[in-house]
Amino acid sequence: MSPPATILYCRCAYAQVVPTGVKNDVLQKLCDSNASFETVSDLCEMAAHRDPRLQAIASCGKLRIAACYPRAVKGLFQQAGFPLPADTEILNMRTQTAQEIADALLSAEPATAA
Amino acid sequence: MITHTHRPLRVVLYEGSGSIQLPAESRAKVMMALLDKGYTVTRSSLGAPAMPHDERNLLVLGAFEGKAPALEDATGKITIDTCDITGLEPDAIVALVDKSRGEKTMNEPGKWKPWFPVIDYSRCTNCMQCLSFCLFDVYGVSEDNKIQVQNNDNCKTNCPACSRVCPEVAIMFPKYQAGPINGDEINEHEAGREKIKVDISSLLGGDIYSALKDRSAAAKSRFSKERSPDKALDERKKCLTKLVGDGFIPADVLASLPSTEEILKKAEIAKARAAAALAAQ
Repeated sequence: MSPPATILYCRCAYAQVVPTGVKNDVLQKLCDSNASFETVSDLCEMAAHRDPRLQAIASCGKLRIAACYPRAVKGLFQQAGFPLPADTEILNMRTQTAQEIADALLSAEPATAA
Repeated sequence: MITHTHRPLRVVLYEGSGSIQLPAESRAKVMMALLDKGYTVTRSSLGAPAMPHDERNLLVLGAFEGKAPALEDATGKITIDTCDITGLEPDAIVALVDKSRGEKTMNEPGKWKPWFPVIDYSRCTNCMQCLSFCLFDVYGVSEDNKIQVQNNDNCKTNCPACSRVCPEVAIMFPKYQAGPINGDEINEHEAGREKIKVDISSLLGGDIYSALKDRSAAAKSRFSKERSPDKALDERKKCLTKLVGDGFIPADVLASLPSTEEILKKAEIAKARAAAALAAQ
């Protein structure tokens, strides 16, 4: 059995482009679960500063990220110098529902929306 | 590229062995409040993977019932503080974190918008149009002659103009509202639409001069006696003002454009750099 994925939640706190209701609901659902997870204030802000924490995130193994468009998230990590592993699953809080995202994040199976 | 980052703490909401779990609602309120202030927060519960350490000090919050354990990093590299939050309301927990941070500087939302181009290298053909186009030296060339974003702090907030000159729709601004500039997937229809936009927005950068030259040549016969450099400049301003009016670029970008001489100089330099990089490929 493969180890559980690490869950990362981006709050997009530096610009309100992710619907507030969705991001609050996703976080609430994560909090309602028993899962451990990591949260960051804003991945864009971290990428802009080449925050070394991104390297830690990119190198932590199997990863599921709740943020925004997968193309943008992959680009942010790559541009900061820490490309994400190819099998990283990225859930999009700008287009998907909170339930879809929470289900995918907390699922024992790989998500289909990466 | 900005490299300064101020994140003095990694907050860990510890709900593993030896602590009592917070009510889910309180947990969510605390995490939302901390994230909105700029903190990063780990929720740690039983039997789940933890993220790797980084260089920051840890502040471990837990309902330890008055018995917060004293912890020490085995490597001696980071400081670990523990705080008992038994019975505290979410506001009091957030205040405790702020107090623990003290006067240490931290990047905070609301003071700056992370606005900069992100290149989708799976689409980028290294054509260097963005390098030639940008008047603010955001782009540069790597040692191996690849286009890259080198000075993202030079980028003008809310200006996505360079993404519109990219013939491959490879430039994203993740904080932009609409796709595909925001990173949304690109279909052929959108790619075609972006290419049409190039003809409009390329007026802003180095290409403005060739575009204006063309217009100028066409108008020369009509205005040969009254044509002047001032008129050409007026014409450029009209074009740029139209771009602002159409919502393609923010007004403050127009206000912060370099002088005509500087633009010409920058365009020449960028053109030379792009040509050198392309020749070296």
